[in-house]
Amino acid sequence: MEVSRLRLLFLSALAATSLPGCALFRHDAPVPPASDPQQVAGQAVTGEPSDKPIIEPEVERREIKRTRIDTEDFEVGAYVGILSIEDFESNVVYGARLAYNLTEDFFLEGTIGQSRAGRTSYENLSGSAELLTDDERDYTYYALSAGWNALPGEIFLGKNRAYPTAFYLVAGIGNTTFAGDDRFTVSGGFGYRVLPADWIAVHFDVRDHVYDIDLLGEKKIVNNLEAHLGLSIFF
Amino acid sequence: MRRPFTIFGLLLTLLLTLQSADAKEHPHKILIADPFIELHTGPGRGYPVFHVIERGREVEIVKRRTDWFEIRTDRGIQGWAPREQMIATLEPTGEPLDLQEPARENYMSRRWQAGVSGGDFGGASLISAFGGYAFSDNLSIELTVNHVIGEFSTSYSATLGLVHVFVPEWRISPYFTLGTGYIYTEPKSTLVQSVDRDDQIGYVGGGLQFYLTRRFMLRTEYRNDVIFTSRDDNEEVDEWKYLGFAFFF
Repeated sequence: MEVSRLRLLFLSALAATSLPGCALFRHDAPVPPASDPQQVAGQAVTGEPSDKPIIEPEVERREIKRTRIDTEDFEVGAYVGILSIEDFESNVVYGARLAYNLTEDFFLEGTIGQSRAGRTSYENLSGSAELLTDDERDYTYYALSAGWNALPGEIFLGKNRAYPTAFYLVAGIGNTTFAGDDRFTVSGGFGYRVLPADWIAVHFDVRDHVYDIDLLGEKKIVNNLEAHLGLSIFF
Repeated sequence: MRRPFTIFGLLLTLLLTLQSADAKEHPHKILIADPFIELHTGPGRGYPVFHVIERGREVEIVKRRTDWFEIRTDRGIQGWAPREQMIATLEPTGEPLDLQEPARENYMSRRWQAGVSGGDFGGASLISAFGGYAFSDNLSIELTVNHVIGEFSTSYSATLGLVHVFVPEWRISPYFTLGTGYIYTEPKSTLVQSVDRDDQIGYVGGGLQFYLTRRFMLRTEYRNDVIFTSRDDNEEVDEWKYLGFAFFF
């Protein structure tokens, strides 16, 4: 108690001696002219017209930020399925897909896929004769296609749930790398798409990949059928 | 067999995160100015109408897909409305909603464009992709990547050239092109004698560009290619791009 009273005394003494000295540090800035409304009005009538607006609005402009509409015309996705490679068994195929929706009816899509060829019946029967090396059994393809949403509709699950769907047709051109060579490939097929939400689609697709091959000496047309299940996301 | 599935999973996770980040954006509110707007269950005229919103109601634009807008009412009902009905809607300020449609004027002043086409390269099948930048209405520079799939060989080529459109304001406008690049040829594995080679390539050609609608174009092109081979004679190839699809942005 004693200490604090002493400190209080000391501090007030210090303030009393030093505060008047602070006036020395005062800025000698010119005093701004008083903005007396009467004076301003008087000047406007008699003197030169002032640049200042008579009424200064104190309303702040509301800035309206327009958010861009989120346009989701692109789709990216992946798929897994089965590819039947003519003469070379059926195998798992997996791929990626990028699509651009041009209109509600048409879309463009690019797909890349990869699979692996098995052994022909001849190879199995003969025992040791190998038609292809291990590397040559890798099967990759790409396709640039155009699609048409032929049948838009809905799927009904139970009593209260309906999801938009579309049955579509696809045709395109591309390349298949198989047996060590590139082969110009025409592909086509159909698919069915269900949208569980507005940003995701589940696809079921069937495609036929057609190309010429002369692996066994004679050129022939092969049809490789593919069925896959995919998932794609709109962005 | 395992790795692709891991990649698939990673891709999916990434996309899902992107999607959730997207949803946090501020809502875009608009006022209905048409007597009423019909909401469809999906983005297309084939999907049924399930709800109607009257004039004067404030709704939120969730997203857009092609010419359809997903709309959410204050009661949380969500559906799709076509562009024709959205044109009449207003911003909260009372201004008409600007849908920023790319149109013919934008086609005239386009700067970047890209596309794909299919055709024939000296008897072999050709798949081609290109991207271009326009300096002016007439002149642009283009990078083309080709995949030529022939019976005896496969080639990849990349060329850079100038494209001059004679009358850009015409809907179907002819153009002239000139350029150079590289071609890499890989003989088929069934052939024994030849080796891989890469050569310089030069070309002169022309084509037609057709403005379709919105931001889309069709084009067809012919090029006379000269391949500067390491042999005594140069090789001349007729390159046809029968039909190509392009868009500008």
